[in-house]
Amino acid sequence: MSFNIIMFYLFSAIILVFSLLTITSRRILRAAVYLLFVLIATAGLYFLLEYQFMAAVQLTLYAGGIVVLIIFSILLTHHISHRFKHPDLTKMIMGIAVAVVGSALTIYTILTYPFPQTITVTELPATMENIGMQLLGVEKNGYVLPFELISILLLAAMVAAIIVAKKGNDKNAEI
Amino acid sequence: MIEGIPIQHFLIVSTIMFFIGIAGFIMRRNLITILMAIELILNSVNINFVIFNRYLYPDQLQGHFFAIFVVGIAAAEASVAIALIINIYRKLKNIDVENVNELRY
Repeated sequence: MSFNIIMFYLFSAIILVFSLLTITSRRILRAAVYLLFVLIATAGLYFLLEYQFMAAVQLTLYAGGIVVLIIFSILLTHHISHRFKHPDLTKMIMGIAVAVVGSALTIYTILTYPFPQTITVTELPATMENIGMQLLGVEKNGYVLPFELISILLLAAMVAAIIVAKKGNDKNAEI
Repeated sequence: MIEGIPIQHFLIVSTIMFFIGIAGFIMRRNLITILMAIELILNSVNINFVIFNRYLYPDQLQGHFFAIFVVGIAAAEASVAIALIINIYRKLKNIDVENVNELRY
């Protein structure tokens, strides 16, 4: 058994265990830290697949950016020692039922679908050069249009976040 | 592709992660934990994109690019959602889902 296979099952176990802990932990800051572990293990999977750029994006944007943002908002809105109440029984049963039925159906479909066993095409390595040429290319396999759309979306989201979160004229608002 | 690991194992991992996210979305009542469940869902979809690209179409980078775009959209969505959550907290001192309907005019 090669080292790659051992690492794959290790990362998968980390992902599954810590994503379960993320949605069941009663302390919100711990849930955020468990989410960080899930995202870092996902970056490990990308490294295993030799997509180094994708793994770097995952580490910097998700694990570095979004988790820090979530932790900041937790610190702004919660007391550290606050613990959640247990969820309602009906909600819990509904959630678990949806998850079990849905994942059983999907896993059954995955296991019965005949994926092609051998791929004969030549492999395109995900080097920085190929990624850059395709991401900003306008010919076949060029992705400059979604790239520009994402840039406009990010600008709009940034403006919206500032407008929504800034203190308005309400003099009575605290914090 | 990784020698010795079939594509189904990756897909099963991402499927279970997706439905854990759905269960968290249904069970939780706090807005920030709901946001975390959404991040889990987006992350599992990203794994699916990358796996299909790597195992079935290794001569292109389509799934790779769309995974990058999904990460960008997730960042934008998280920033706007957290701005809304902080605004709700200022008005209500509480960010449980049941109370958010008080925001309407």
